[in-house]
Amino acid sequence: MASHASVAHAHAAPTGFIRKYIFSVDHKVIGIQYFLLALFSVFLGMALSVLMRIHLVWPNIHLPFFGQLTSDQYVALLTMHGTIMVFMVLTTAPQSGFGNYFLPIQIGAADMAFPVINMLSFWTTFVSLVVMVAAFFVEGGAPGGGWTAYPPLSALGKIAGPGQGTGQTLWVIGLAIFCAASLMGALNFITTTVDLRTKGMSLMRMPLTVWSWFITAILGLLAFGVLLAACVLLLLDRVAGTSFFIPGGLVATDTIISQHSGGSPLLWQHLFWFFGHPEVYIAILPGMGVASHVLSTFSRKPIFGYRAMVYALSGIGFLGFCVWGHHMFVSGMSPYSAFAFSIMTMSIGVPSAIKTFNWLGTLWGGQIRFTTAMLFAIGFVSIFVTGGLSGLFLAQPSVDLPLHDTYFVVAHFHLIMGVAAIFGIFSATYFWFPKMFGKHLNEGVGKVHFWLTFAGVYCIFMPMHFLGIAGHERRYADLNSVNYLSGGQAANFHGGLWPVQLFISFAAFVTIAAQLLFLVNFIWGIWGGKRAEMNPWEATTLEWTIPGPPPHDNFGGVVPVIYRGPYEFSVPGEKRDFVPQHLSPEQVEKA
Amino acid sequence: MPGTAAEQLELQAHPGQGGGFPPSGDSGGGGDDRLSPIPRRAYMTVITLALGAILMFFLALTSSYIVRRGLGTDWKNLALPRILWVNTVVLLASSATLELARKALSRGQREAFRNFWLLTTGLGMVFVGGQLIAWRQLHAAGVFLSTNPSSSFFYVFTAAHGLHVLGGVIALLYVAFRSWQK
Amino acid sequence: MGRQRKRCKGSTSVAFALALFLILFTAITVYLFIAKPWWFPAPITEVGKLIDSQFLRTLVITGIVFILAQIGLAWVVFRYRGTGKRASYSEGNTAMEVIWTLATVVLFVGLGLYAENAWAIVHFTPASAGAMQIEVIGQQFKWNFRYSGPDGKFGKYKTVEKALEQRSRGNMNASPWQLDPADPDGKDDILLPAGQIAVPVNREVELLIRSQDVTHSFFVRELRLKQDAVPGMIIRIHFTATVIGDYELACAELCGANHNTMRTLFRVMSEDDFQKWLKEQAAN
Ligand code: HEA
Ligand code: HEA
Ligand code: CUA
Ligand SMILES: [Cu+2]
Repeated sequence: MASHASVAHAHAAPTGFIRKYIFSVDHKVIGIQYFLLALFSVFLGMALSVLMRIHLVWPNIHLPFFGQLTSDQYVALLTMHGTIMVFMVLTTAPQSGFGNYFLPIQIGAADMAFPVINMLSFWTTFVSLVVMVAAFFVEGGAPGGGWTAYPPLSALGKIAGPGQGTGQTLWVIGLAIFCAASLMGALNFITTTVDLRTKGMSLMRMPLTVWSWFITAILGLLAFGVLLAACVLLLLDRVAGTSFFIPGGLVATDTIISQHSGGSPLLWQHLFWFFGHPEVYIAILPGMGVASHVLSTFSRKPIFGYRAMVYALSGIGFLGFCVWGHHMFVSGMSPYSAFAFSIMTMSIGVPSAIKTFNWLGTLWGGQIRFTTAMLFAIGFVSIFVTGGLSGLFLAQPSVDLPLHDTYFVVAHFHLIMGVAAIFGIFSATYFWFPKMFGKHLNEGVGKVHFWLTFAGVYCIFMPMHFLGIAGHERRYADLNSVNYLSGGQAANFHGGLWPVQLFISFAAFVTIAAQLLFLVNFIWGIWGGKRAEMNPWEATTLEWTIPGPPPHDNFGGVVPVIYRGPYEFSVPGEKRDFVPQHLSPEQVEKA
Repeated sequence: MPGTAAEQLELQAHPGQGGGFPPSGDSGGGGDDRLSPIPRRAYMTVITLALGAILMFFLALTSSYIVRRGLGTDWKNLALPRILWVNTVVLLASSATLELARKALSRGQREAFRNFWLLTTGLGMVFVGGQLIAWRQLHAAGVFLSTNPSSSFFYVFTAAHGLHVLGGVIALLYVAFRSWQK
Repeated sequence: MGRQRKRCKGSTSVAFALALFLILFTAITVYLFIAKPWWFPAPITEVGKLIDSQFLRTLVITGIVFILAQIGLAWVVFRYRGTGKRASYSEGNTAMEVIWTLATVVLFVGLGLYAENAWAIVHFTPASAGAMQIEVIGQQFKWNFRYSGPDGKFGKYKTVEKALEQRSRGNMNASPWQLDPADPDGKDDILLPAGQIAVPVNREVELLIRSQDVTHSFFVRELRLKQDAVPGMIIRIHFTATVIGDYELACAELCGANHNTMRTLFRVMSEDDFQKWLKEQAAN
């Protein structure tokens, strides 16, 4: 028993700084660590996007520190921008960040099931970020294969371009490490949800946030192993001379590549997208959970169709594994499978539509309180619809023919992923900050931040649809070179579409500058914010029954007992318009 | 006081999570109102899930193998070293001894448990060693990672599997070490 | 109660602003999609027209959904702004849930099925026997073409071994992407390295798309056709261009730093002009 007790003891509130804040096993500290990692990454990613936007409209400008950016630097910037945003921001903050912090609390547990694994998973993620960012500083610079790193470009090494040397190798290694970290995280999330729910917390009483973290973790568990395998194979092609993805007879930069033969570039695409499509749902599902939670809370109504929401989440999760081929309509894969993937993809619109309807249904008849968190949740719905609908164009292989790899796709994924999912993070931050830090964020600044961001992102990303329709390819470093020839006369592309690009760039500068408001609000809020009560939003779930920030073991050693569903707002015949989950029927005041 | 056989088993079956033990609520006293510790089934759950993740990893490799083999004309079947058969037998034997260890423990025969447990650990090591010998034989025969797609896959699979088994051996050693201490 | 009143005073203006914003945003978007200041260049194939009409069909349907959803959101946000009263209680409505699920199934999946038509024409049916074949080879960062010449047959390329051997003997230009002089089929082949591609109008053309280094993508906007050029594969697509003119062929798959410079002219010519052009090329 001695050992048993000692391990249990190891989890008592630690006292040293290192154990408390650095190598902490407390899910709340780890959640904040993930959050800060994402915050750092998102500002890095935004900085890269500023450089990209500058280069796109003024390719010849000399920047301080950077000088004049070259084409290969542009491609490296966009690769790192996409990679950092997708992996280090959208896979960490919504799931590992907020999920870590609030999943155990919302189901009434004292911590994650395996706190040490939890800590390991954060530090592994950290290492992976360091490895990836290191790619900027090696000879040849960061990789330029795009975030999708299609071989042979990503497999041939330096011969295929400057960043394809050490930089690309670090990228692959960093991604493989990230996979390992995410797998550990997924194990923890699922086990915690399955086995650590408190008394009375049946599956159908879990908040939708918990449901979304749970389903997301399942997606992660099934998807990241595949990416890991793909990364291992790609790495071997790069460093060990194998030929998984490299076919024979290639001649690059006048060199005959004779040491490789027979590999298949499409194999990587299948493996990558088998992971990649579930990955984009990994990015958005937690945001959906947060939006549902916040919309219900601030419209003072139960979520409309709770069960339907759960089924829709699961449906999206399941279908998410059956549609990866929609990224490969023009890749040379069998046109018949394109047909099947297309139909599956169109049907993913159905659970998404159910969710949208139910969000509107939740607001319908409500008493909406326009907190900043609520504004971002409403913005989420608007942007999710806008970004999702463009997916329906891309999902039809024939319509995808002209649109694939143009700015239309860039518009689609920035709206639904780069913005909707980010709005989920914002909403969550404004909503839970009082619990995480015991202080309020400044609502006034928050609202300014909302308006600038909401208007800003639409200004950045809506016009991109038109660029794409007009045939503007993505991943083009320099617009000057795009000669748009039509009907025999050279109508200069630069003249026709450059103003649109310029508008987008200015919108981006303003929007990105507005994010500093958020940063200042956040930092100021931690120390100077207004003190928050225990339940400032009059919400129903368990995190609002404990002080903020919560004590080390969340519930002070008491086992919370759950008596009701998560969204009992404005129940007729009851005095107050919200009934927390832990109140027994006798404890509820009648009107 | 030391837990029942079953409890021991849970402990031993999943020792990797040693530090991840249940938060037993507060740090001090431990009255009746403490949060219930992590339920045993959580260890079952996490092992099942981990198997699922590992399965996906190997499935990805396997489907790559199938796709790659169907491609190109460069595929040459590998002449596998004989010792692989021995290794396979060793691996199967180790599952048998592990099962015997489990039975012994549940019957409370600690001595028998320990022996079988150590035997399992030993067999695991023998297996990994055997695989290394197989690698050396292939090397000697001039079959390297990049020689042919079939050899590439062979090394990738055996390396991944080797790491997997090595992880198991470390876990076995950890438990052996702990049960020795008691 | 007092606290709630206070909270509600601001809510009308926020609700109004939100609703106004959503309506304006929807209006501007709809306007831009109708006014089309930036749009597809006109298609030059029948399939292109089919694709455009499928695009429009999708645009109308998603457009209606878009307007309904955004304006609906604007409406509920404004109509149900907090007034300090109690919200109406509802946990959902199964009948409605079923109705809109079915409606979206029919709408989305129906749209998807409808779209397969144009796809099938390009991809399910092979080119007709008389189609003219052109080989297209992507290379960092240029396009190479090959016409089969009068015999209608492509000659073989050198083997990798042969090219390597020639290199080892000092011919550093030798490449497995050069014709094998031993193959008679190749004698009349017309190679246009880093050249332009021309096709005769109203004649079916089959492209054999390949790449000699990394993945590229053959994209001509007016053809509404895009096809990756994948190393190790020969991918066939076919089309019949119906409008004479010069268009741009651009690379649409990231292939390295100068991906954006990998483009050339795609010319559709009258049969006579085409034959003349081909002769000139052969002469060079
Ligand atoms: C969060 C991320 C995310 C999400 C959720 C989605 C969601 C969807 N995506 Fe997207 N997608 C990406 C991220 C995402 N995507 C990324 C990153 C890429 C590019 C990768 C790259 O190449 O770099 C991409 C690319 C991409 C392609 C490939 C395009 C190409 O390269 O040519 C396709 C094609 O089918 C597609 C389709 C879809 C579809 C159909 C959905 C659907 O799930 C959308 C469903 C939603 C809706 C349909 C709207 C719902 C609302 C309603 C319908 C309301 C109804 C209301 C009323 C009637 C009132 N996406
Ligand atoms: C999450 C995903 C994400 C986000 C947020 C962004 C944000 C932005 N992106 Fe990007 N982008 C990608 C994902 C994302 N992007 C991907 C995957 C690619 C493809 C790469 C490839 O082709 O390989 C891409 C490519 C890409 C291109 C295409 C390049 C090309 O093809 O040539 C461009 C061009 O303008 C661009 C611009 C921008 C701009 C101006 C922003 C702006 O920065 C928008 C303003 C940002 C915000 C409003 C968000 C602020 C968020 C916070 C402050 C969050 C706070 C966080 C916490 C609380 C933790 N991005
Ligand atoms: Cu070739 Cu891009
Ligand atoms: Cu997808």
